[in-house]
Amino acid sequence: MELLTNQILAGIATGAIYACMALAVVMIYQAIDHLNFAQGEMAMFSTFVAWQLMQWGVPYWGAFLLTLVFSFAGGIAIERLLFKPLAKAPILTNVAGFIALYAIINSVAGLIWDFTIKQFPTPFGSSPFLGSQLISTHQAGMIGVTLVLLLLLFFFFRFTRMGLAMRAAASLPESARLVGINTSWMIALGWGMAAAIGSIAGMMIAPVVFLEPNMMLGVLIYGFAAAVLGGLTSPFGAVIGGFLVGIFENLAGTYIPGVGNELKLPIALALIITVLVVKPAGLFGRPIVKRV
Amino acid sequence: MTAMLNVRDLRAYYGQVQALHGLEFGLNEGSLTTLLGANGAGKTTTLRAICNMVRTTGSIEFEGALLTGRSTENIVRLGIAHVPQGRGTFTTMTVEENLQLGAITRKDKAGVVSDIERMYDHFPVLKQRYTQQAGTLSGGEQQMLAVARALMLRPRLMLLDEPSFGLAPLIVRDLFKILGKINREDKVTILVVEQNAQLALELADKAYVIETGRIVMSGNATEIANNEDVRKSYLGY
Amino acid sequence: MSAIQEAVTDAPAVEAVPKRAMTLSYGTSLIMLAVLIAAPLFVKNFIIFQLTMLLIYALAVLALNILTGGSGQFSLGQSAFYAVGAYTSAILMEHAGVNYALTLPVAGVVCFGFGFLFGQPALRLSGVYLALATFALATAMPQLLKLGYFEHWTGGVQGLVVTKPDAPFGLPMSQDMWLYYFTLAVSIAIYISSVNLLRSRSGRAFMAIRDNEIAASAMGIDVALYKTLAFGVSAGITGVAGALGAIAVQFVAPDSYTITLAISLFLGMVVGGVGWLPGSIVGSAFIIFVPNIAEGISKGLSGAVFGVLLFLVIFLVPHGARQVAMVAQQLIGKLKKNQPANRN
Repeated sequence: MELLTNQILAGIATGAIYACMALAVVMIYQAIDHLNFAQGEMAMFSTFVAWQLMQWGVPYWGAFLLTLVFSFAGGIAIERLLFKPLAKAPILTNVAGFIALYAIINSVAGLIWDFTIKQFPTPFGSSPFLGSQLISTHQAGMIGVTLVLLLLLFFFFRFTRMGLAMRAAASLPESARLVGINTSWMIALGWGMAAAIGSIAGMMIAPVVFLEPNMMLGVLIYGFAAAVLGGLTSPFGAVIGGFLVGIFENLAGTYIPGVGNELKLPIALALIITVLVVKPAGLFGRPIVKRV
Repeated sequence: MTAMLNVRDLRAYYGQVQALHGLEFGLNEGSLTTLLGANGAGKTTTLRAICNMVRTTGSIEFEGALLTGRSTENIVRLGIAHVPQGRGTFTTMTVEENLQLGAITRKDKAGVVSDIERMYDHFPVLKQRYTQQAGTLSGGEQQMLAVARALMLRPRLMLLDEPSFGLAPLIVRDLFKILGKINREDKVTILVVEQNAQLALELADKAYVIETGRIVMSGNATEIANNEDVRKSYLGY
Repeated sequence: MSAIQEAVTDAPAVEAVPKRAMTLSYGTSLIMLAVLIAAPLFVKNFIIFQLTMLLIYALAVLALNILTGGSGQFSLGQSAFYAVGAYTSAILMEHAGVNYALTLPVAGVVCFGFGFLFGQPALRLSGVYLALATFALATAMPQLLKLGYFEHWTGGVQGLVVTKPDAPFGLPMSQDMWLYYFTLAVSIAIYISSVNLLRSRSGRAFMAIRDNEIAASAMGIDVALYKTLAFGVSAGITGVAGALGAIAVQFVAPDSYTITLAISLFLGMVVGGVGWLPGSIVGSAFIIFVPNIAEGISKGLSGAVFGVLLFLVIFLVPHGARQVAMVAQQLIGKLKKNQPANRN
């Protein structure tokens, strides 16, 4: 029994990583109504930028803020330059664009910073949290940051004019234009915000998984899975989804025989898909009833 | 008096297919005009052309400003509200959020709040359901919501595309009464595209008839209603 | 509380290719055929091998075109079916001594079954959810192939070596050349069958489902049957491609069939033109040759160069090679119209 509780707690700790990433995923989904495969790479690149700033002597929180601004601007720039021209192209072509972006960012990061692992500092320290052996102060800090982000996003979408406009633009672009919303800019802003949130996720995750160009691949998949599990329309669901995915992953690794590290991912995904077959809109998503 | 809206030689295209063949008409300020025609005649296309939602050539002038070439959202900001076919309600958002969206381009917060109250006065059923998701409202209620949302813009000109579609006759009568009231009291110029010629001609003061992308008849609503061809083709007697 | 969405106004996620434009005209097809038949006579063995791989990947992209372009179901998992086909062939050849040609139909049938089965739970998923499910399948496959339970059959991490067949009846051609013509024959047969499938009643059922699933079921189309059928057919063809791939490359190993393959096939479909069967060979050429070109341009930034080239392609022709073909057709049409005037 104690093993189970420990594994669950450990799962929550790793789950915070996925929750953070899942928030960025939901953010972009709210803005553009689909998923961006290159988001992990953008987060990774931002984290490297933060690392580089710190190498040049900028203190942690200064680097953090500068990186946020850089990521926001970068997200908007990428959208305006690379994806606005594809706005009228079919969705699958856009997906190919995301894949191309992934390849470019991964390759460039590898060239600038090479593939050796680097240490990334945490502002929360890494001593045991409240004396527990399972959660470090960093992981607790990560959970805290994720929850704060969640609250901010919730307030933004529910109570601000910009948030309302963005939701409208993503849900029914034509109607949004008919109330005077510049839907094109809403998309750009969505990208900017998603990039910024992604950079926070990256900077929270790097101390745990260590900084290198391929660090986000596994995380992104779990992030997607968590977002889908939670319901793509619900930031709250994304966070819960993240924790659940962390727990699934740990329990699967511990209790299902023959499952080593390699099979953890497919098993976790399989579990999520089973949930989706039962609840197609995710745990907290609003089920879409299609009226003909 | 120069017309508020002036449409000259308007041609519209869906891809290679031409839907409007040189449309010409004008709307005077304060008028309530109806555009009648059969399915496929080009009524919806006309409204979409005004808001630049379809490829056009020709000129559309609104209060002296040229509309062609402006983006849809900029045309809306000039004071033109368009209630599209199918209503275009934001079904995943609440009734109140839909109304707030109608006013999203306005800067006067207090004015918006009082306007929402006015909408609830015009349409009491919306007040009852103001926290409900718009998608759960009935057809008639959604139509009222769509009109209310358009009014939140405080538009100078309101375009409505087949507001009677799919609604029971009694509800349509109520809706049209409210449209008449809005035209007279709030001084909103209205252009209603309709298939339901009878009710539209009772409501409007001016009418145009469109056939295969051209205006074939224009005049006072009563004249048009008494015109023999119109009676045979659109009124059924 | 549910959100009600007007499904009728939803644009289909996969755009329709008009039936007329679905294949090349007879003239162009004959020219292509002549080129494909003559090509190996003029080049070295290694190039012949590359041409064989070109055909094999074209088959896999074609299969994906049927699934996504035809029935509108999105799949990032084709590498799994490819792997199963490859391993089926390898195991039959190396453990049971079966003739290589006979392994193809077996691989096809096994993968058809596998695809049909996978199609069942996939029925309730669509769009991004189906993408995730197929993604899971693709990532699971290499790991499953490495599992200790199966090692006796699969050769574990090392995989299996496959013997390349000689030309039959003592024909005077190299193994590579024989395999090329064999693959060409299989490809032509599958291509023609696929075109016929899409033009048949089943094909129309697929496309009805792609364009508007609700309307299709209201018309009496057994949506569940046709969706799983599409998965089955697509998996079957991919399996045959995998089997041919195993024979051509002469070995099978788990890490040859990763998610990278699945993503490459997806890119091949987009570059070729989604739903346009002739484009499959263009897409295949893209995924085989462009990475090499990218590496040639810059070893350190090969990924970035590939990405840039991919962007260039999708900016210029967002609808893929099909768009190029359409433009070419329009230009030829205009030239034909101008000719009588020129004679004056």
